[in-house]
Amino acid sequence: MKSGAATKEKILFSGNEAIARGAYEAGVKVASAYPGTPSTEILESLSTYKGVYTEWAPNEKVAVEVALGACFAGARALAAMKHVGLNVAADPLFTAAYTGVKGGLVIVTADDPEMHSSQNEQDNRNYAYAAKVPMLEPADASEAKEFLKAAYRISEEFDTPVLLRTTTRVAHVKGVVATGERESSSATLGIEKMPEKFVMLPGHARKRRIELEKRMTRLKEFAETFPGNIIEGGDSRKGFITSGVSFLYVKEAFPESSVLKLGMAYPFPDRMIREFASKVGELFVVEELDPFIETHVKAMGIACRGKELIPPMGELNSHIVRRAITGESKKDFFEPVPIPPRPPNLCPGCPHRGIFYVLSKLKVFVAGDIGCYTLAALRPLSAMDSCVCMGAGIGNAFGMEKALGRDSLGKIVAVIGDSTFFHSGITGLIDIVYNQGFTTVIILDNRTTGMTGHQPHPSSGVTIRGDAATPVDIGTLCRAIGVKRVFTVNPNDIGATQKLVKREIRRPEPSVIITKAPCVLLPEMKRRKDRKLYVVVPEQCMGCKTCLKLGCPAIEWVPLTRAEAKELGYKETQKGYSRINAVLCDGCGQCEPLCTFKAIVVAEDDG
Amino acid sequence: MDKTANILLCGVGGQGILLASEVISSACMKAGYDVKQSEVHGMAQRGGSVSSHIRFGKKVYSPLIEPGSADIVASFEMLEALRYLSYMSKNTRVIVNTQKILPAPVAAGTDTYPQDVLEQLGQRKLAVFPLDGFEIAKSLGETRAVNMVLVGALSAFLALDEKIFLQVISERIPEKIQKVNREAFIKGRRTVNLLQKKAKQVQSH
Repeated sequence: MKSGAATKEKILFSGNEAIARGAYEAGVKVASAYPGTPSTEILESLSTYKGVYTEWAPNEKVAVEVALGACFAGARALAAMKHVGLNVAADPLFTAAYTGVKGGLVIVTADDPEMHSSQNEQDNRNYAYAAKVPMLEPADASEAKEFLKAAYRISEEFDTPVLLRTTTRVAHVKGVVATGERESSSATLGIEKMPEKFVMLPGHARKRRIELEKRMTRLKEFAETFPGNIIEGGDSRKGFITSGVSFLYVKEAFPESSVLKLGMAYPFPDRMIREFASKVGELFVVEELDPFIETHVKAMGIACRGKELIPPMGELNSHIVRRAITGESKKDFFEPVPIPPRPPNLCPGCPHRGIFYVLSKLKVFVAGDIGCYTLAALRPLSAMDSCVCMGAGIGNAFGMEKALGRDSLGKIVAVIGDSTFFHSGITGLIDIVYNQGFTTVIILDNRTTGMTGHQPHPSSGVTIRGDAATPVDIGTLCRAIGVKRVFTVNPNDIGATQKLVKREIRRPEPSVIITKAPCVLLPEMKRRKDRKLYVVVPEQCMGCKTCLKLGCPAIEWVPLTRAEAKELGYKETQKGYSRINAVLCDGCGQCEPLCTFKAIVVAEDDG
Repeated sequence: MDKTANILLCGVGGQGILLASEVISSACMKAGYDVKQSEVHGMAQRGGSVSSHIRFGKKVYSPLIEPGSADIVASFEMLEALRYLSYMSKNTRVIVNTQKILPAPVAAGTDTYPQDVLEQLGQRKLAVFPLDGFEIAKSLGETRAVNMVLVGALSAFLALDEKIFLQVISERIPEKIQKVNREAFIKGRRTVNLLQKKAKQVQSH
């Protein structure tokens, strides 16, 4: 495994890090993204390279528009996002297919089969077909880097944006990657007016539409010779057509069989497919999620088996593939045993817990969306009642208000994270103001994009590289939109938060409540020295379980038998007491005022 | 070594499993093997159950370990060892950090933490190597070094030079906390070596 050439170095890279390296080697000048699992590390990693402008955009649509603009100026550009991000960016994507490019443009879409950290598991290969753009699909980190570089060459040669699709098991799988030299674009930088190409008026667009069809015909021909489409010969009794990480599962399960691996997921190399199919006995199509390849192969009139055997949902693995094809169900592993589940939870000290505790007390309908705070839907807080997509809560709450009229006053709120508000909450708030609503919008300002690992956003005051930036002030922005009642409260102060929310939800006009307290996982919060930790004075705990309603991981219930209760000096009937785990407590203090028996106190400093 | 080796790390989000995986995978790569390491990010990391698959050998295809195919499981939290039983077979060696982190339903008093985790593993004739990683790390003055204790423990089963691991630790871990992490690694490795020696003595009697 020693590296051959002196300039090449072997590094353990995730798919995302490999894409970043690939972007650097491809000479990308501008890259824009909005964080989203499993795509986030692409831009994080790329921001550490010199000579590449990187940024967090407020959302994926802006990211694609910025990248497209950079490519209009002749630069190689990249936009990266998770699968649902491409829904947001679909608008520029479909028309970018018409304008084509000047410098190369690649849009990376990272799909999440199994929904490890997503609200759906859409298969974004369908976007390649629908938008009429070529798509490459690497199987691992090493291919991800090479395919990204190939994508830029294709983009410039065929005058088209190119989609690069990964999935969680490509994006987050680390593998051995050999580094290469930086190459440069064939395009030249500069401003060039090309209205027939860049101004998509109907008259121009109709002409570009024809070009688009011609381009797809040429790309189909190119697919026949694209080196990423490969046939691995072998035992021809079974033949597999596959792409992406599914290729690796097929190789693991059937190392001897013949495989046609489609590195280009779209368009298809029809002659190659026909030739391969004619040389194998039984033909199988193995792909995650939709029958994208299978439908095409069947439309060509070629008999094959795919989704009748392979699950159409969730992730695959070599075990699932082998079992599906051979029908064998070998059982040489242990059956699972019933154990307590371990669902994800808001962290100890999370400021979101304070506001959601208040909302659970007020028993209002909470229209929410995507972020760490979606976890507030879980017990015991049970304080989120809808979550559809980024920004959805504001529109959803307002729609409910309009459906129910005045009766809904005081019964519905919208919650949205700060980063999510910039992403797609602002337009929803404008709708409320413009159309005479009274919905209360609660903006959870924790100064960062929490769930994806603390990326700064427009009000954080820093850029992706850590340089100072002008922070957008959320309160001022809301006032400018026309919200007259804008308030800020520290959600760790549960009393004040409850009072404010109770008052505002009853007002027959729009209000914005900004709950402001930094995420406790931010480095400056982790480092802070003034932290007061809390303890439960055992003899004062009456076992009422009120503090447990916060769902704080640091507060633990210690059950007692009658004998144990008596021995510890409690009433025999007391079922247990609460305890605060000193290792987990972050000192937010939310629990202290909840205890009517004053059993929760600041721990004595033991030096 | 032609056969691909399968290592499963499991535990709770926040225990440093991702860094531990990176150290092990980097060491395998440095030793000349092909490696694939798979994990998930995002929502699962917020205090939930997490796992990481590491596969290394001459040529590795799938990034995921099949059920019943883990050669070594290192459970960073006691209960989590049971959650990943389906990856184990009779040939699996299981390192268990006996540290308990209560799952939310247990902390809330609506479920109970099983008291017989090691017994349940033992009943299945698995080779179990229990150690208190938290206490070991605490004795070294850095409770966050639990992950390197576990990496050390796991390294005792791998035919890789100790020096490779120590080199990777010095490359991947900030200088300020390198010393304690190296110590944690060595302590974990020694603990398992001792447990193995004891197991052999019991067998020969």
